[in-house]
Amino acid sequence: MNIPFSFKLEKRLGASRMLGVFVLLTSTVLALLLGAVLLMVFDANPWDTYKAMFQGAFGTPEQWSDGQFYSITETLVKAIPLILTGLSVSIAFRMLFWNIGAEGQLVLGGVAAAGVAIWFPSLFPGLPQNSWVYLPLMLAASVLAGAVWGLMPALLKAYLKVNEIITTLMLNYIAILWYQYLFNVIWKDPEGYGFPGSAKIGEFAQLPRFSGRLHWGIIVAVAAAILLWIILDRMRWGYEIRLIGENPTAARYAGVSLGRNIVLVMFVSGGLAGIAGMLEVSGISHRLQEGLNVDYGFTGIIVAWLARLNPWGNILVATLLAALLVGGDQIQITMGLPASVALVLQGTILFCVLGGEMFTRYRIRLLRNVRSETLIRNEEVGG
Amino acid sequence: MEIGLVASILSIAIAAGTSLVFATVGEIVTERAGILNLGVEGMMIMGAVTGFAAAFHTESVAIGVIIAMLVGGAMALVHAFLTITMLADQVVSGLALTLLGSGLASFLGQRLGPEGMPLVGQIGPRFEKIALPFLSEIPLVGPSVFHRDLLSYLMYFFVPVAWYFVYKTRPGLHLRAIGDSPQTADAMGVNVFALRYVYTVVGGMLVGLGGAHLSLSYTPGWTENITGGRGWIVIALVIFATWNPVRAVLGALVFGGVNAIQFRLQAAGTTISASLLNMLPYILTIVVLVLITWAEAFRKRVGAPTALGLPYMREERT
Amino acid sequence: MDSGRITVVSANNMSMVKLPVAVEMRGIVKRFPGVLANDRVNLSIKSGEVHALLGENGAGKTTLMSALCGLYRPDEGDICLADGSVGGAKVVDIGSPRDAIQFGIGMVHQHFRLVHNQTVSENVILGLADTPLHLDLKSVGGRLLEISERYGLPVDPEAYVWQLSVGEQQRVEILKLLFRGAEVLILDEPTAVLTPNEASELGNTLRHMCAEGKAVVFISHKLDEVMSFCDRVTVLRDGRNVAALSTRETDKKALAKLMVGREVLFRLDKSEVAFAEGALSVEHISAFNDKGLSALHDVSLSLAGGEVVGVAGVAGNGQRELAEALTGLRKVTSGKVCVNGQDVTNQSPLRFIRAGVSHIPGDRLGMGLAGNLPVSDNLIMKAFRHRPLSVGPFLSKTAISQFSDSLIEAFDVVTPSRNTPARNLSGGNQQKAILAREIATGDGSGDVGVNVLIAVQPTRGLDVGATEGVRRALLEQREKGTAIVLISEDLDELLSLSDRIAVMHAGKIMGLVRAVDANMEEIGLMMAGEAS
Repeated sequence: MNIPFSFKLEKRLGASRMLGVFVLLTSTVLALLLGAVLLMVFDANPWDTYKAMFQGAFGTPEQWSDGQFYSITETLVKAIPLILTGLSVSIAFRMLFWNIGAEGQLVLGGVAAAGVAIWFPSLFPGLPQNSWVYLPLMLAASVLAGAVWGLMPALLKAYLKVNEIITTLMLNYIAILWYQYLFNVIWKDPEGYGFPGSAKIGEFAQLPRFSGRLHWGIIVAVAAAILLWIILDRMRWGYEIRLIGENPTAARYAGVSLGRNIVLVMFVSGGLAGIAGMLEVSGISHRLQEGLNVDYGFTGIIVAWLARLNPWGNILVATLLAALLVGGDQIQITMGLPASVALVLQGTILFCVLGGEMFTRYRIRLLRNVRSETLIRNEEVGG
Repeated sequence: MEIGLVASILSIAIAAGTSLVFATVGEIVTERAGILNLGVEGMMIMGAVTGFAAAFHTESVAIGVIIAMLVGGAMALVHAFLTITMLADQVVSGLALTLLGSGLASFLGQRLGPEGMPLVGQIGPRFEKIALPFLSEIPLVGPSVFHRDLLSYLMYFFVPVAWYFVYKTRPGLHLRAIGDSPQTADAMGVNVFALRYVYTVVGGMLVGLGGAHLSLSYTPGWTENITGGRGWIVIALVIFATWNPVRAVLGALVFGGVNAIQFRLQAAGTTISASLLNMLPYILTIVVLVLITWAEAFRKRVGAPTALGLPYMREERT
Repeated sequence: MDSGRITVVSANNMSMVKLPVAVEMRGIVKRFPGVLANDRVNLSIKSGEVHALLGENGAGKTTLMSALCGLYRPDEGDICLADGSVGGAKVVDIGSPRDAIQFGIGMVHQHFRLVHNQTVSENVILGLADTPLHLDLKSVGGRLLEISERYGLPVDPEAYVWQLSVGEQQRVEILKLLFRGAEVLILDEPTAVLTPNEASELGNTLRHMCAEGKAVVFISHKLDEVMSFCDRVTVLRDGRNVAALSTRETDKKALAKLMVGREVLFRLDKSEVAFAEGALSVEHISAFNDKGLSALHDVSLSLAGGEVVGVAGVAGNGQRELAEALTGLRKVTSGKVCVNGQDVTNQSPLRFIRAGVSHIPGDRLGMGLAGNLPVSDNLIMKAFRHRPLSVGPFLSKTAISQFSDSLIEAFDVVTPSRNTPARNLSGGNQQKAILAREIATGDGSGDVGVNVLIAVQPTRGLDVGATEGVRRALLEQREKGTAIVLISEDLDELLSLSDRIAVMHAGKIMGLVRAVDANMEEIGLMMAGEAS
């Protein structure tokens, strides 16, 4: 078959930010259209559904004028762990370290925080039982726990070159099983009435709330984003991280140490995810129980990726995805549709963006084939 | 340990392992071609729900299986398109597939029952156990190994065939080549792109089959989260089996057996928690991976397809 | 394709039987953007002979052979193959490597195309269309053993490729071609990866093959091998034929002269400078390359400040490894490297930088620049650790902007802005940016300034103007007292910029001469392996 035309993929010179945003927007629209098709197949009205989701996530004008911001606070509540896991994944991915283990790091962060809250009062009776002492302690414990969990695959990669995708993934499940063991068995609430979970943590260990369930964790999340921005944009260390991610060979040639940075970055990355766990325990559930993680770690990867690893983008995307999830929960009640609609939409958006990604990195050129030349790799003499 | 205990552990291990084996061999085939597909969990659960729904409405397990395989293959096709042609990142694409698959399966599970009702709790056709004459009389293992359903028997047959295909046939040689050294394979005239598509889709179909086994035999029926993270175990199993179909059976039996041992132990009233035992497969996988990576010679003899996870693009002289 | 049974007593013997011409290439022209790689080149290869294709880098050898084995189509010219009848020939169109194999032509590349995790037999039949579904590796192995016996290529069909030595791997490549019935085999720098023993074994193999009527094209720049293995030699220079002779009618000196050829065109004005000795002292270093073969063997160099030592030699003779050893990117297995008396042997790249060693890498975008990062980020790669570019752990954006702007201006780097991604710049400007970064120091504490500059192919791919600029900048550094190791494939450049010239061949320094005393013949000989 003699085709007179052929396609050639050319690498684009310099990714344009505008193009990236454009692709993101069109992908979202495309995903919404595809979702609409799915809904129509199952006799649901797409417009009503989307409207209900939006209102579920943000509330209605009536509610706003009433001073009722419950929906928005719920959305923000869900956004908090997503921001943090997104940031966690972002900083790791910047350095080409595929941290798929944010899930496990989060869980262990929550475990550590709960552990401090539940056991320190009896272990260290001298400690004043107020928030000023306990919250920072819990925060520190969660950072440490998450960091250690993130360090293990980092060390394996830095010194033994073990593939981090698999190790971080496996460690997730080990962490989750461990935490299940804890709240089901060892830390089981003696007054639990058979309901699986740990004892409730004391008031002093709970994060104060603003409105609805929105707790101080939001400040921590935003502060973390600011911190990450400062590191990446303003600090020497951030420069080194970016350099490694863009060209590891050049980084090495410039004297930047790869091994040391893998370890440092994963400490931060694991720590951030750990904080997310602490915030969930201390701000929302107030105990260790099933559902601490709810895929925050994996969704964090989506957040990070859609946000192009940018700290501010993480806040924005996390909020939007949280809105999607909360909206999805709501339509279960208001429209009798399964909450999984939100997950389907999320997945579809992601796929569309993935497909559109290519257009930001490559340009397609149509070539006229006068003579078909097969250009194959040229060998260097003496190379 | 009494014979009865061994037999019953073996029985549960095989029952639990069948779906794992199909899915693992599927992912082995995909990874051997050089493509990492982390969407196993999504494809498997979609296979389970669509397989059961199809079987339920048509009263035929055969149709259920076929549908499940087609769905798995279709999902894998999306992944293949994104990663091979659109050069998207394989990790993100696979995770997206899992996310979409899980969500869609949950959604469909709510809507594909009789007259749009949920599928949960519905009783549908299932694969019945068939005792092989004479073989099932063998003491000790007879009842466990030879008194199973059709899919398990298919598995017994399928695994040696898969092994033979990969190691002893010409297309198998090409499969290994495109995963180990796509440049070389391309230079020798093997169509890397097309074959990667084919094997990714085939892998997806097998994963879908694994999912179908869950809803049409093991559980049976449909429940939310029927896969329970098995998809991730499959990914671990592929490494544990060092990309060898026969070893996959061993791994699946071990992982499946862990489940069984845990049941037994709980029933016997021991205090070792199920959770701790369940960690074992994951820990073992990390250990195996470290060993593989660390011993250079070990890796070369047994190891990962060298070009796994890397997109292949013909370089051009600019 | 039938080459016929020829009574040839020995391959090196121009017997009275006229060997039929197996391949004739006539008037081959091949253009690439900006360069005429082959300019009406002719090549005539006879069955049963080993024919050397000799020339420097860029002479056009690989391009010509790529046309013959189907990787490119020539823009003009014909390729003729014998058609089986006596003296008959037909013009053929070789459109792909598959076509070439159909015609019986195959090439063994420098970078082997082998799958390491598979056995020899599996590699040999990979991609072969007429293999049966069931792999009968036993019979493949049997055929392989037959062929290997016939041609003197001992190899174990069941062995995995990763278990084989490089020489054995090369044999597998040759076997792949013979298995497919190749009659004309092209070997691209085959002894580049072989030990001397293996090289002479290869020579034997070639003799066997020719005795069986095969034709071999031997691309090389090593004169002793050309003289001992080959019957005839065609010399190319700058894309054109220079000569085609029988090896019996010539000697190494003559070949070297033909290969390298011209007189030096110009020398830049250099002032006499005299600085302290021992700016860079390299003593008896040896190192391995990435494949585990010896790349540097007992190399010693000593540079005074303000001295430029050019390192000449055909690429692949250890220059890259030398540059890496001198910048901390490669470990040496023995010997010492000292900068201004300070022993920096096997230290990290950071230590080398701190000791004042700058490096202009041969691979701009691979090693020298982070393409997606802005120009300013690339410019600060060396100096970012110190004031004023960073204050404590923080980067000072204003200082960075000023620094970048001043470098861009001083070195005339043409860029839309300092924030443009480096990969958008032209090759010349990228090189200028690298140069600017390596030469300029961030004044302030910490670094000792530039003592030693290792420049690898600094003007590769640059136009005349950019080249001029780079050379001038190098000479300026020289005047400031920097010791410069200049590794280049451009002899003119070396002759005009260097004070002394070292010639590398197979990881050794064949000789060290003063530039003013250098003559081309001598250098050509050294480049080709003859000690001075």
